[in-house]
Amino acid sequence: MAIQVIARVDARGLSCPMPIVKTAQAIKSIASGALVEVLATDPGSQKDFAAWSRTTGHELVEQTVDGGVFRFVLRRK
Amino acid sequence: MATATAQTLQRAKALPLDPLADAIAHVEGLPEAAPNAVPALERIEDTKTKELVIVNWSGDLDKVWPVLILSSTAAASGLRCRVFVTFWGLLPFVKDQKRIVGENWMQKMLTLMQRPGIDHLKLSKMNFLGMGPWMMGVLRKKYGVASPRELLEAATAMGVEFIPCQMTMDMFGLKRADLIDEMGEPAGAATAIEIMTEADASLFI
Repeated sequence: MAIQVIARVDARGLSCPMPIVKTAQAIKSIASGALVEVLATDPGSQKDFAAWSRTTGHELVEQTVDGGVFRFVLRRK
Repeated sequence: MATATAQTLQRAKALPLDPLADAIAHVEGLPEAAPNAVPALERIEDTKTKELVIVNWSGDLDKVWPVLILSSTAAASGLRCRVFVTFWGLLPFVKDQKRIVGENWMQKMLTLMQRPGIDHLKLSKMNFLGMGPWMMGVLRKKYGVASPRELLEAATAMGVEFIPCQMTMDMFGLKRADLIDEMGEPAGAATAIEIMTEADASLFI
């Protein structure tokens, strides 16, 4: 089943903390239970999105890496 | 009601480290009111918003920058974040169009030597008459790091509260109108102590 992503955040080329800040702003615009997809190139984002998910309660559904681009899918709490 | 109780027991079982929940999960034929006490406790913990307080004392680029990074990230993480802005730390929060502020010549001298505003921060070391901050700006752009201005805009948009220190404002001759509009109401040391002791974490940067 293909996952239904509602919002996308392109944080490629951005450094800490902007991938998180932009995702936090985007996730506010979607309904609870909806998904947001984030693309980032900051290697620190791998640990940061996991930590942010634990702090906020937004579930980190998927985490993949493809050629230096990190992709995260989060579900709004 | 039976389904609700089953769900409650399932939730309780998912928390084996909680002795109370573990005990309740193993008691059969318990009155319905008792298991409900467990989610009620959970709810209290869930709704308590974590708080971070930062004292922004310095006007240096390499201090204000981390203050803005941490405060905007705290707000992005759902924390309530308040920043008490004092001493040299107040000058970056002066409005862009203000160049010299203060009422007497000594106060004016301060801002003549240290230009106020978020775009005119100096490094605490290796400033080299502005060469250091300039190089920092080049590196910042090369590596996609947000500027203090961008971070300040993100922080205020996400609800970080900046509280100016009344005593510093008086001493530097700063009026409320000299400071950016997003700044909160001026307060004193007792307010800083109160919010720091109530917060889950507090930092002096």
